[in-house]
Amino acid sequence: MEIKSMRFKANAEASLANVVLQGNLKNAKGKFVTKRAEAIKELDDFEGTRDAAMAIRNKVIDNLDLWLERFEARAQETGAHVKWAKDGAEVCRLVTEIARAHGVTKVTKSKSMLSEEAGLNQALEAAGIQPVETDLGEYILQVNDNEPPSHIIAPAVHKSLDDVADLFHKVHGTPRKTEIPALTREAREVLRGHFLSAEMGLSGGNFLVAETGSVALVTNEGNGRMVTTMPRVHVVITGIEKVIPTLEDLSTLMRLLPRSATGQSISNYFSILTGVKKPDEHDGPEHLYFILVDSGRADVVGGEFHEMLRCIRCGACMNHCPVYQTIGGHAYGWVYPGPMGSVLTPLYAGIGNAIDLPHAATLCNQCGVVCPVKIPLPELLRKLREKQTEGGMRPLAERIGLRLWAWVAMRPRLYALGAAVGARYLKWLAGEGRSIRVLPAATEWTRGRDFPASQGRTFREMYAARRKAAAQEARQ
Amino acid sequence: MAKKTRVGLFVTCLVDLMRPRIGFAALKLLETAGCEVVVPEAQTCCGQPAWNSGDRNGAEALAKKTIAEFEAFDYVVVPSGSCGDHIRNEYQSMFVDEPGWRDRATAMAARTFELTDFLANVLKVDGVPGDYEGTVTYHDSCSGLRGMGIKAQPRALLATMKGVELKEMNGCEECCGFGGTFSVKFGEVSAAIAERKCDFIHASGARAVVGGDLGCLLNIEGKLRRMGDDNTRVLHVAEVLAGDA
Repeated sequence: MEIKSMRFKANAEASLANVVLQGNLKNAKGKFVTKRAEAIKELDDFEGTRDAAMAIRNKVIDNLDLWLERFEARAQETGAHVKWAKDGAEVCRLVTEIARAHGVTKVTKSKSMLSEEAGLNQALEAAGIQPVETDLGEYILQVNDNEPPSHIIAPAVHKSLDDVADLFHKVHGTPRKTEIPALTREAREVLRGHFLSAEMGLSGGNFLVAETGSVALVTNEGNGRMVTTMPRVHVVITGIEKVIPTLEDLSTLMRLLPRSATGQSISNYFSILTGVKKPDEHDGPEHLYFILVDSGRADVVGGEFHEMLRCIRCGACMNHCPVYQTIGGHAYGWVYPGPMGSVLTPLYAGIGNAIDLPHAATLCNQCGVVCPVKIPLPELLRKLREKQTEGGMRPLAERIGLRLWAWVAMRPRLYALGAAVGARYLKWLAGEGRSIRVLPAATEWTRGRDFPASQGRTFREMYAARRKAAAQEARQ
Repeated sequence: MAKKTRVGLFVTCLVDLMRPRIGFAALKLLETAGCEVVVPEAQTCCGQPAWNSGDRNGAEALAKKTIAEFEAFDYVVVPSGSCGDHIRNEYQSMFVDEPGWRDRATAMAARTFELTDFLANVLKVDGVPGDYEGTVTYHDSCSGLRGMGIKAQPRALLATMKGVELKEMNGCEECCGFGGTFSVKFGEVSAAIAERKCDFIHASGARAVVGGDLGCLLNIEGKLRRMGDDNTRVLHVAEVLAGDA
């Protein structure tokens, strides 16, 4: 997917100015948060489960090659093919080759963020193969001229009922419907034909289980089952970090994933798919392929950002992020929005291609406290800021400003003088009022709010004066 | 006579520059509770802005300066969850390659407290010098809440004041959008987040919003005034507790 993260600030401001989007964000806000808060109460030991999940993910990431080899061997024993893709271009090439080998003209897709990373739909179309998104949210976006998703689990969360009603009326040429069940039925009617006619199904994978060579899929609409069982060919595309050792580990992670994501105790559908259809079986694919994708992940292993690889893609961090909740996901400019995206985008798409993202956070740590696998997101964002500073990537004015400020702060007398001048200036600017309407040195602050006036003298001045007066009094 | 507890008061750079009365309120609260309070003259900033901006060198220099100035006290008390969190939690992780400084940071961390935490849990005061009449709502600032566990302490202290009626707002634990340099890098986003906080404050019906971090309070006050609200008071918890509000 083309990266537009360098336009974050302009994108964010456009989001704020978009009245329809702001209304949709307000409507969606808090629903996942409230439901998650209720759902985690069902667990006797939520914190202990988080620790266990973190340990499982760390165990894998620490020996990723070993677990991948084990998965590959087991998957091959079940009749699956395992292929490795270095980057998105290789994903596109492999999928196209597999499709051609099996004479495929249409591919039904269950949600896959990696196919977004790879820009797979465009590649398939260019190869004359029709991709059909079957997750309702993804379908809405696909028929809306391939709009990118704005959330990793609720891709069309930025759209309202009205938006979808208008869109379906336009693209399906049907009478405009305003009830959600009617709109859903309309999409199902369209998709049913595709489910029946597609020769290949393509899915992501929430987890790969090394001990059984299985892929685990967490879905809510049932489309995942249609995509993975009806066509002759099933292709799973997933990142190399998604492997876990055992089914037991899967059960631990599944206690956290749906609860953290949508606030469900368990998703409506949960599938563990193993191998190809056996001679005595009625459903399942005749051909099963796993495409395991690196796309920057291997470089993160063993480095200072390795904790990010624990991520199980629940979306809790963005659901709880004040910035994401205010501007929506598109502003982040790539596949993954919110706090996890602000870490992943620089790591996978290049630190120089996403300069603003690590700074697009208040470091409130609401993301860190809800992350089911305890990824210290604010700390990783801060480390990325450090990388930018080390690499001389920050704007010159900011670099000089910070250096100068730190230099002065190391010199208490000079600092005291500067603060004394500053305190007077920040009182004078307010004039008679209590607030400064335009702050010349920081106009960015006063674009959307006032800056309160200072008291006019610094604490240290007033404290020194008080001590002096007390000393004089004592002498008398 | 028992030796008085010696407290080093870290005033914070924002209080020094913008609201000295918060520093004096903290001083009064600590002295009333029986502490000998020292305000080291050479203190400037804990270095958090540098650390959070990715300037490790500046952050380390200011951390060492602050440790050297404050480590001799029995306790270090800070009227800010944000600066307190930085001194107590971040200093230790900063010096991974300098064991000497890491040990000094760790030793000081154990004796570093946010003001209301210190009053409620270390000194265990059963009353405060101030009085205040009116309804207040409490904003839990992020670093204080999630970094230092400040939640019950200010409420317990406010509850000892007869005239204070606490009206909790929805979303009291949500970020106000300040975020240090975030507020001047992405001013409009920051102000939009602040607006939501102000809506929560208004919905609570309280006449004043109280918090423990001046950064958040400047952000909230600035947004309230821009929204045309000149009436809701924005107060640091120390001002209320000390009776200086």
